[in-house]
Amino acid sequence: MSAIANTIFSPELAARFDKLVTIYPLKRSALVPMLLYAQDEVGYVSDAVVAEIAQRLDLLELDVRNVLSYYSMLRTKPAGKYNVQVCTNISCMLRGGFELLDHCKHTLGIGHKETTEDGLFSLEEVECIGACCWAPAAQVNYDFHDELTPAKMDAVLDTYRAREKK
Amino acid sequence: MPTLVSHPDEVKVLSKRFGLGATNIDRYVELDGYKATQQAIEQGPEWIINTMKASGLRGRGGAGFPTGMKWSFVPKVSEKPKYVLINGDESEPGTCKDHLIFLNDPHAIIEGAMIAGLAIGAKTGFIYLRGEYRYLLNIMEKAVADAYAKGFLGKNIFGHEGVDFDIITQTGAGAYEVGEESALMESLEGKRGVPRIRPPFPAVVGLYGGPTVINNAETIANVPHILLMGGEAYAKLGTERNGGTRLFGISGHVERPGVYELPMGYSLRKAIYDVAGGIRGGKQLKAVVPGGSSCPVLRADEIDVGLDFDQLAKAGTMLGSGGIVVLDETVSIVEFALRTIRFYQHESCGWCIPCREGTDWIKKTLTRFHAGGGNKKDIDNIQYIAENMLGRTFCPLGDAAAMPILGFIKKFRPEFEEYLAGARVANPLIQIQPVGEHELAGAH
Ligand SMILES: Cc1cc2nc3c(=O)[nH]c(=O)nc-3n(C[C@H](O)[C@H](O)[C@H](O)COP(=O)(O)O)c2cc1C
Ligand code: SF4
Ligand code: FES
Repeated sequence: MSAIANTIFSPELAARFDKLVTIYPLKRSALVPMLLYAQDEVGYVSDAVVAEIAQRLDLLELDVRNVLSYYSMLRTKPAGKYNVQVCTNISCMLRGGFELLDHCKHTLGIGHKETTEDGLFSLEEVECIGACCWAPAAQVNYDFHDELTPAKMDAVLDTYRAREKK
Repeated sequence: MPTLVSHPDEVKVLSKRFGLGATNIDRYVELDGYKATQQAIEQGPEWIINTMKASGLRGRGGAGFPTGMKWSFVPKVSEKPKYVLINGDESEPGTCKDHLIFLNDPHAIIEGAMIAGLAIGAKTGFIYLRGEYRYLLNIMEKAVADAYAKGFLGKNIFGHEGVDFDIITQTGAGAYEVGEESALMESLEGKRGVPRIRPPFPAVVGLYGGPTVINNAETIANVPHILLMGGEAYAKLGTERNGGTRLFGISGHVERPGVYELPMGYSLRKAIYDVAGGIRGGKQLKAVVPGGSSCPVLRADEIDVGLDFDQLAKAGTMLGSGGIVVLDETVSIVEFALRTIRFYQHESCGWCIPCREGTDWIKKTLTRFHAGGGNKKDIDNIQYIAENMLGRTFCPLGDAAAMPILGFIKKFRPEFEEYLAGARVANPLIQIQPVGEHELAGAH
């Protein structure tokens, strides 16, 4: 049984959150991870997510929103199932990051922070993701893809499309 | 998977277990793992701190503060619990070294944190990874769970009565500024990553108000190796006041980009031309950003310098995070400067005015300049704004934004002037968009 009746999260995530709030010297320390893990499950940080996390941490919803708006990975609107994040920061820029981003815009037919009509992909231009020596790099959700070219990027996108067909 | 590279000039201390399967705890123990921690328990805090001081190890997070000295600042007696906090936010553009440590040798970070804890009298350590590093967080969490299962973490570790240490792993959620140590503590306390005023310094009032040691992941992963080999032996690998080796990430226009472990003081020229194989496609070198995006640029004729904190400071730049970004002759410095300031403008937390407004104005001016709408005063204006940010911001991010911009203008002013006169980049990387086409206008 979750600490919260009528939790909006899956039993696994609710159980994880029950534990997470107990491990820190101050419960509030669980806030940033909770927001991210909730987003992983729900797809975005919805009003209901904010409300339940506030309740779990004895915070005002305002406190939660205040923190939520600070972190660039957290979003308050749904995105595609696979969020394609292309780095164009300096090391990637030098090895084709912008070309890669343009390529994705054209093949997916969407711009920065937009989602394809079928809801499968979103696209985002991101800052350095810590893969500079394997540039140009991109992340699809949490998966890293290194040393990309437009052709390799197409193959990467195809692997996610193939997952959907199964 | 990141490619592991190697070169005969490397001196592998920290990276010696890379690629050897050391994420597995039994394998790690076979490779001398957890010996240093047991030694540290037996020898005690004073020995640890003296060894660290003798090693000459300086912080690998950017500022290069001597680690042994940092630990010695923590008061012996404290009413509030003390903490160790490992900074794995790794977000400085050009930097991906901690990535490889988390991937290849997570137990070295656990050990380093435990030893830091023993040295200062902390019983809890936090390991904070940037949110994008989820797969590395999973590796780290598995390593922590394995260490608990073996009795290496928790209560009475290695059978020593009363010696306890716990580790809590934490994820961020996307923010460069959270790598700044006081903003990191705010984030870990569940708040916006806005920095704290200092003094008091974290060694006295840190996480949850308790004395806290904050170290970069690479710094801390060095610690067990130093205890095993001895402080003096480690120091000798490097140069005066710059002990040991360092992970240098060489990226950009080189033949063999990668993370290489080189002795401190190693020649920048050799790092580029020998270790990383020289400039890609036989092109000419134009410039080098020697330690992550916040370090002032060096021109091609300035690379006969040793890679340590003091020699680079003398050369007017910094060793920073050890991320060496190499630019060939085709790069437009105007574009490169624009991409750099776009990053800092995006990451400014907005708390203080010189940084929030300064980064924004420089970005706006450079964007217009790059698009061909520059005017005569722009170059001086950008310089003026950047100079007025230096030393006037609440945290060092303001300096980190201003310094590279000043470097670009100082070292490549003629290029800005030619650009203004109509010279253009042959193949612009950053698209120049007519106003109104928002959908292709990029992230910022
Ligand atoms: C804007 C900014 C970002 C920083 N980002 C990081 C980072 O990602 N990782 C890191 O270890 N240190 C970073 N630092 C440096 C930390 O504030 C701190 O000095 C460092 O973690 C201390 O560890 P060290 O002594 O082992 O280097 C950053 C500093 C600033 C001002
Ligand atoms: S210098 Fe920039 S990042 Fe630092 S407190 Fe001021 S606005 Fe925030
Ligand atoms: S600059 Fe792209 S990953 Fe670092």
